[in-house]
Amino acid sequence: MIEFLLSLKIALRALRINKMRSFLTMLGIIIGIAAVIAMVAIGSGASKIISDQIASVGSNILLVLPGSRTSGGLRMGHGSTPTLTHDDAKAIAAECPSVSFAAPVVRGAAQVVYGNMNWSTSIMGVTPDYFSVRDWRAVTGRIIGHSDVEGATKNCLIGRTVAENLFGAEDPVGKIVRVKKLPFMVVGVMDGKGRSPQGGDQDDILFVPLTTAQRKLFGSQFPGSVGSIMIQARSEEELSRAQNQVDALLYQRHRIGPGRETDYTVRNLTELLDVAEQSSKAMSLLLGAVASISLIVGGIGIMNIMLVSVTERTREIGIRMAIGAKKQDILLQFLTEAVLLTFIGGIIGMVVGIGGAKLVSVFFDWPTLISFQAIIMAFGFSGAIGVFFGFYPARKAALLNPIDALRYE
Amino acid sequence: MGEIVVRTEEISKVYSMGEQRVDALKRVSLSVEKGDFVAIMGASGSGKSTFMNIIGCLDVPTSGTYLLEGENVQGFSGSAQAEVRNKKIGFVFQGFNLLARTSAVENVELPLIYGRFPASLRREKALSALALVGLADRAGHTSKQLSGGQQQRVAIARALVNEPAIILADEPTGNLDSITSVEIMAIFQKLNRQGSTIIMVTHEPEIAAFTKRNVVFRDGRVISDTPVARQADAEQARGRM
Repeated sequence: MIEFLLSLKIALRALRINKMRSFLTMLGIIIGIAAVIAMVAIGSGASKIISDQIASVGSNILLVLPGSRTSGGLRMGHGSTPTLTHDDAKAIAAECPSVSFAAPVVRGAAQVVYGNMNWSTSIMGVTPDYFSVRDWRAVTGRIIGHSDVEGATKNCLIGRTVAENLFGAEDPVGKIVRVKKLPFMVVGVMDGKGRSPQGGDQDDILFVPLTTAQRKLFGSQFPGSVGSIMIQARSEEELSRAQNQVDALLYQRHRIGPGRETDYTVRNLTELLDVAEQSSKAMSLLLGAVASISLIVGGIGIMNIMLVSVTERTREIGIRMAIGAKKQDILLQFLTEAVLLTFIGGIIGMVVGIGGAKLVSVFFDWPTLISFQAIIMAFGFSGAIGVFFGFYPARKAALLNPIDALRYE
Repeated sequence: MGEIVVRTEEISKVYSMGEQRVDALKRVSLSVEKGDFVAIMGASGSGKSTFMNIIGCLDVPTSGTYLLEGENVQGFSGSAQAEVRNKKIGFVFQGFNLLARTSAVENVELPLIYGRFPASLRREKALSALALVGLADRAGHTSKQLSGGQQQRVAIARALVNEPAIILADEPTGNLDSITSVEIMAIFQKLNRQGSTIIMVTHEPEIAAFTKRNVVFRDGRVISDTPVARQADAEQARGRM
C-alpha cells in the first residue's frame, strides 16, 4: 500500500475539488458529534448537580421523622403526631455507637423584620450538632452554641439569602431582627449552601436555638417535641448499622410492642438521591443515544456521497488501475476519503459541541461537564462511521473492472 | 533484434452476452520483438481492442497463452496483474486520461507511487521523463493548462517513466489534429530509436506509416502482418508541414 501521508494528500485533494459537497456531507457528522458531546455534557452536568447535592447533604445522614397518627381510619402521614423529643435525640447520640451526632430540629416559617425591611423565611430551631451534621459553618459571627440552647436565648443565625434581603450590604451581626414580634439578635451569617435536592434555596433560612423555637416561637401542646432528628453516622459504611441502632433504640424508648406500627420512621437520605442520580444517568444515556442516531444518519449521508463520487470518478479509477494501482490501493484511497470526511467533521463537531455545551451553561445556568471520555468516544465513533459507511463504496470502486472503468464516459 | 517481448499463442476471447456468444479473438498468434514498433489496424469490432487489453494485462484470454518477456502472466492474480501493468506496461490512451487538477509531474509520478518508489526518487524520475517528451518547462501545469498534444506527451511520459517492457498506445493520435499527430509520432519514433518497444492501435494508414510493422485485424483474426517497407520519418514530415 502506498504511503499514508500520500494517500492523505490524495484524499484531501479529492475533497477540496467539491468543497461545498464535502462540507454538506460533513455536516451530518458535525451535527451528530456536536449533539453527542453537548448532550453528554448536559446530562453529566445534571448528574453532577445531584452528586453535589449528595455531598452537600452528606452521604452518611439519617433522618428520623415522627410517625403517622391514625384518626378514625385516616392515616395522617409523617409528622402528624409529635412523638419525637429532644430527649430521643440525646439518647440516640449517647447510646448508638455508630452515630456521631443527632441533631433535633423544629421547623416553622415566619416573617422576619429588620427596620423597614421584612422577609418571609423558614425558621429552624436547632442545636449546635445540626451544624456538625450538615457540615455548615458561619462566614461571619458564630453559630448557635450549647449555652444558647440551654438558656433558650433570643439569638439567631441567618442564611445568606436572608442576610441579602434584609440587610443588603450592611453587616447583620449584632443587629436586632423581629420574628413573630420577638426581638432576636443576629449572632452570625451562614456560609452559602446552594440548592437543596428538591430545588429549594437552603440559604433562605433563620436558625434559632432549639429550646427557643419550642418554647417561644412555635408553642406545641407537647412540650419538648421536635419535628425531626437528623443523624450523622460515623462513616458511610456504618450508615446501615446506625440505622438499625437508632431503630432499635426508638423501638424500645417508644415502647412499640410486637406487631404494632412504629410512631417514627428512620430514613436514609442518600437512598433518595441515589435514585435521582440513577435517573439522571439514564437521562444522559438517552440523550446520547438520540444524538448517536443523528451520527448514524450522517454516516449514511457519507455513504451516499461516496457512492456518487465513485461513479463520477469511474474513469479516474480506471486510469489508476491501468497504471498499476491494486485493488487495495483503490479501496484505501476511497476509505481514506470517507474517514477523512468523518474525521474533519468530528473535529468541527467537537468544537461546536463544546461551544454549545458552554453556551447552555452560560445562558441556562446549567452546569455542563465535558468529559474527556465523551470526546474520545466521539472521535472513535466518527472514525468508525467513516470506515463502516465508507467501506461499501470503496469496495465498489476497488472491484471495478479496469476495462469498463476506462471506457466509462 | 531477437529477444521476444510479447508472444501470444493461439489466444481466443469469447464473450457470452446472454444467449449470444461473441468470438472477439480467434486463435491469434503474434510475437513482438524487443525494439519493434507495431501498428495494429482494423475496423472497430475487429478484435484489436480485445487484443490490446489482453496484451496490457487488463483482460485474460479464454484460451491460449500469453507470454510477456517469457513469463506466462495470464494465471496471475489481480494484484500480480496490477504489478505487471505497473512495471512492464506503459499505457497511452486516445483520450489522454490524465488526472484532472493534478500537475503534469504528479501525473507522471503516479506509476512510481503505485510501484512503491521511494519518494525522493520519484520527482527526479518524473522530471526526466517529462524532459524526454520535451515538457520539462510545463511540469507544474495541470491538464487544463495544457494543449491536447501536450497532454498526450505528459501521458507518454507517464507511460515510460517506469521503463516498461512495452508501451501500449490505443489510438494516441485519435483526438489530435494532423500536425500534433505527427509531433506525437515523432516522439514515439524517438523513444523507439532509444530502445522502447511500442505497440499502437490506429486506423489511419498515414500514422501507421511511421511504424515499422503493420498488423491488420479483421473479425478476430490477424489477416495481414507486414513490415513497413520504408518507415516515414515523423521529424521530416513535420518539417514539411
